[in-house]
Amino acid sequence: MAELILDSVSQSYGTRQIIADLSFTLPEGAIGCLLGPSGCGKTTALRCISGFEAIQSGEIRIGGDVASRPGWMLPAEKRRIGMVFQDYALFPHLTVADNVGFGLRGETHAARQARIAEMLELVGLGGHAGQFPHQLSGGQQQRVALARALAPRPRLILMDEPFSNLDVELRERLSLEVRDILKREATTALIVTHDQHEAFSLADWVGVMHRGRIQQWDTPYRLYHEPANRFVADFVGQGALVTGEVINDHQVEIELGVLNGHVPVECDASGCDECMRNCQVDVLLRPDDIIHDDDSLMLAEIENKAFRGAEFLYTLRLPSGQRALSLVPSHHNHAIGEKIGIRLAVDHVVAFRRE
Amino acid sequence: MPVAVTFSSFAQVEGDILAHLAEFVLPELVGNTLWLVIGVAIGVSLLGVSLAWLTATCDFPGRRLFDWALLLPLALPAYVTAFVAIGLLDFTGPLQTAVRETWGPVKLPEIRSRGGVILVMSLALYPYVYLIARNAFATQGAIALEAAQSLGLSRTQGFFRVALPMARPWIAAGLMLALMETLADFGTMAIFNYDTFTTAIYKAWYSLFSLPAAAQLASILILFVLVAVVFEQRSRAQMRYSTVGRSAAQRRIRLSPALAGLAFVYAGTVLAAAFLIPVTQLVLWTREVIGDDLDSRYRAFAWHSVLLASIGALMVVIAALLLAYAGRQRPGSAMVWTQRLATLGYAFPGAVLAVGLFIPVAALDNWLIDAGRAGFGFDGTEILKGTLLIMLLAYLVRFLAVGFGPIDSGLHRITRNVDEAARSLGAGTAGLLTRVHLPMLRTSLLTAAALAFVDIMKEMPITLMTRPFGWDTLAVRVFEMTSEGEWERAALPALAIVIAGIIPVILLTWRGARPLD
Repeated sequence: MAELILDSVSQSYGTRQIIADLSFTLPEGAIGCLLGPSGCGKTTALRCISGFEAIQSGEIRIGGDVASRPGWMLPAEKRRIGMVFQDYALFPHLTVADNVGFGLRGETHAARQARIAEMLELVGLGGHAGQFPHQLSGGQQQRVALARALAPRPRLILMDEPFSNLDVELRERLSLEVRDILKREATTALIVTHDQHEAFSLADWVGVMHRGRIQQWDTPYRLYHEPANRFVADFVGQGALVTGEVINDHQVEIELGVLNGHVPVECDASGCDECMRNCQVDVLLRPDDIIHDDDSLMLAEIENKAFRGAEFLYTLRLPSGQRALSLVPSHHNHAIGEKIGIRLAVDHVVAFRRE
Repeated sequence: MPVAVTFSSFAQVEGDILAHLAEFVLPELVGNTLWLVIGVAIGVSLLGVSLAWLTATCDFPGRRLFDWALLLPLALPAYVTAFVAIGLLDFTGPLQTAVRETWGPVKLPEIRSRGGVILVMSLALYPYVYLIARNAFATQGAIALEAAQSLGLSRTQGFFRVALPMARPWIAAGLMLALMETLADFGTMAIFNYDTFTTAIYKAWYSLFSLPAAAQLASILILFVLVAVVFEQRSRAQMRYSTVGRSAAQRRIRLSPALAGLAFVYAGTVLAAAFLIPVTQLVLWTREVIGDDLDSRYRAFAWHSVLLASIGALMVVIAALLLAYAGRQRPGSAMVWTQRLATLGYAFPGAVLAVGLFIPVAALDNWLIDAGRAGFGFDGTEILKGTLLIMLLAYLVRFLAVGFGPIDSGLHRITRNVDEAARSLGAGTAGLLTRVHLPMLRTSLLTAAALAFVDIMKEMPITLMTRPFGWDTLAVRVFEMTSEGEWERAALPALAIVIAGIIPVILLTWRGARPLD
């Protein structure tokens, strides 16, 4: 178990920059996640950490030891990093037990067998030791891959889109299971995914990546409620941006009323209180920031609706023509075109300066 | 490198041109070869495509059996089918004799004719088209056909307008393989006394002792072959784009009883003519002569065959593994071209390779002898020429592709993630090779070795033209016996070759049956 530190790591193929100035710290025993659309550089970042790609600048440290720096890297097989691949990459010619035992060299036979049994028990596959990978279901193969990676007690576990080959239901169940297993082994783990639900249910820390850069490294809660920039606001969760005007550093006026709370915008280099007045901003409204209230005088027209079971997600057209989303309990079933009363329930203000 | 050596025979064309050859022999050779190619193309296409369609998409009695049994003729070298056909159907053969005794003198079509050669070659080579077309029909599935039917086409129209065009790249690839074999064939042509380039090269080599003449003929033959190679590569490139929809081989077309019976008779006839009858006849002949012929010389023939085939197969597997491995470690277009060039040897007739390799080796030999004389007072006539080395080298060039195919595709099935998984678990380069790659490649290596082994065992022209004195093999024995018309005595070595040849056919069908491939 070890702490993982990336210190302004960059990597490029020819002139194309794949990752740029990547920095984050994953504390010992924590589960981290790199989240981003495909092509954002998250998989390359993972390969740099695992030692399959060289880096051009910066430094990667695992447990205090330098693992990569420009022009030098510790070979992958010496890093003691466990990897779980998207396609699991199990060895088809070996049984489940031999797969799990592959990385256990230089131990006594008894110690090896004990560790294999322990790992298979941990992932709930105690009775499958003698089977071959192709005899297992996708979920079982996934767990064998995890057991194989954990068996040599690695300092760090890396997982590349570990659940993308599984169907949705299994994915949710398994991601909770995997979190449980990782926590029980107290393993530091870094997971790469494009699925935010996966990231949120698994990780203690999530880094949202875009164009090779980390946009925000934070807890899932803060990513959702306090996105650092427009990209994060847009990529994480649902919501809409509406225009607003700053009154002072704790008040913003939008067409639905005045929002109170710290206004996280710098409209001027000086950052003085007075200069923020009249600054034009876009304010992020999450679907749970707008509440349906029949008694409210503020009305919005329903432009579209999506049934979610427990609730409706309404797309609303505000009087000015701007759009916003609202999550409404599903017994409030209104028709498209109907006008319904709404009310603001914003906990804290998320706003970006309009460019 | 080996291919570059082969091409060096082109350089010899500029040498003295034998006007005699050009004037009297060439027109006949070109005519014979063209007719042969056209006839065999039609024959193997008709047989291969119709049988593939029947076994891949229709249901009739015995279909499961025919499905793999129709591949069995692959185990029969064309020259074996050829001498059995002649032995059976010739004027003195049992059929004509029986006909004469029953109905008096009746004129039957002569088997030693252009038509006879084409018939025999078609029966021997149709499995190439059958194998590939069957896969195409089976994987393209019923979906496209059903779509066609929903658009108002009858089943027959659907076959001609949808299934057949979709399978065209596959059929073309199989056809080109069959035609390359036709162009390369030596044994059959020799038995039928049908003059094509391969036999002409052999005659120029042995009767005229003229290397330049052989080389010139070889380079003309290469032109024919290159056309086939280009077509084959092109249709391979198209094969990728043509897989549409999922396979639905379960929903077979149910033939009416009459049609099903007809299908059974048809498939049965082809199988009988191409495999059952020749093999039965071989067994019968063998029983006649086995007492007299199975002596110690035979053990030498068999031993030579097995020894050469084993060494050759080992060389092929090692070279193919290195080549495929190099491609994996350093992917890139240069490597792809190297691999393509190195495996081009399968297209070159053995007679051409023998010539192409002999010329530079002979030159090197002379140089070595001169150097030896000058430097060490060494006195000898040949060092490399006439040794096993040149023969094995020619085998390697000719059959590298045979071994490369299975090994390369086996290596492709090992994903990069598997490599990285092994390395992240602490395996170094050596560990990766011994603990992961070799075990995973075991079947591929075995298949490659078996295919190369059998191909070398039945190989005729290279062995004939480059073997050192006294190194007679089973195939050489077949050639010698057949050239004297002693069909019965050729049966014993031929049967041995056929039995060895069945091994890879079984491997092939077994591999095809596995769901993972």
